[in-house]
Amino acid sequence: MTPIHILLVEDNEGDILLTREAFKEAKILIKLSVVRDGEEAVNFLTKQGEYLLAEVPDLLLLDINLPKKNGHEVLQFIKGDEGLKHIPVIILSTSSSPKDVNMAYSHYVNCFITKPLDVNDFIGVIASIENFWISIVRLPANKENK
Amino acid sequence: MMTEVDILLVEDNASDAEMTIDALKKSGLANKLLHVKDGAAALDFIFAEGAYTGRNTAYKPKVILLDVKMPKLNGIEVLQRIRTDEHTKTIPVVMLTSSKEDPDIKTCYALGVNSYVVKPVEFDEFQKAITELGLYWMIVNQQTQYE
Repeated sequence: MTPIHILLVEDNEGDILLTREAFKEAKILIKLSVVRDGEEAVNFLTKQGEYLLAEVPDLLLLDINLPKKNGHEVLQFIKGDEGLKHIPVIILSTSSSPKDVNMAYSHYVNCFITKPLDVNDFIGVIASIENFWISIVRLPANKENK
Repeated sequence: MMTEVDILLVEDNASDAEMTIDALKKSGLANKLLHVKDGAAALDFIFAEGAYTGRNTAYKPKVILLDVKMPKLNGIEVLQRIRTDEHTKTIPVVMLTSSKEDPDIKTCYALGVNSYVVKPVEFDEFQKAITELGLYWMIVNQQTQYE
């Protein structure tokens, strides 16, 4: 079975580690790619520089506060690109400010999840993302790598 | 007339609608649910037209569950109308389809559907999917904060 490919865009090493651990418990094989700033995310998605051989992800987990390009800019880039806009993007941020939430929806984010501060709650949130997005939702097939 | 709707269910298949409402009720999520049976009625509700003229549009659904294949106006057409209007483009829309159909999932995502769910055929699986879906959109997801 082809693993589900998730691109995590996150600069906090603790959150990267926790997300990785939480996905290890998943019922379905998940390939997790990680990039640590917004510019890298765009390079990954457009196969620039060191990401020449990167595969288009099935799903994106995107933080907002990121170096170089923030999550809103990355989201806008994806949803404005004919070849990428079908990729579901989940914002995963410590922010719950109406400004961030509304801006994300107006740029066509697929959903907005506020990162809980408690470790167990964080793992729970990753589990519910997995439960919903991997087990229930039908993701678009990226023909190129399927 | 129901004025504050959290879940708008747009479904022409009576048994699917019943199972969906039932599953959401069991999770306590169906208190503010409105069921309409076709795309035209969905747009009337969303844009406060026809039977819903005068409805307060400031209160927006937390999620719209939209069947793809419907008479009059199909789900994709309804989705396009929602996404192209400034007042409604941020409302989350979950597309529901029966497994026998094979519509272009990628196109729906490109048109801005928030998620796309194939309704499981088996009863228990159907209930489970709807429950997870309801909890995810009503509780886990952050809603747009309207003025």
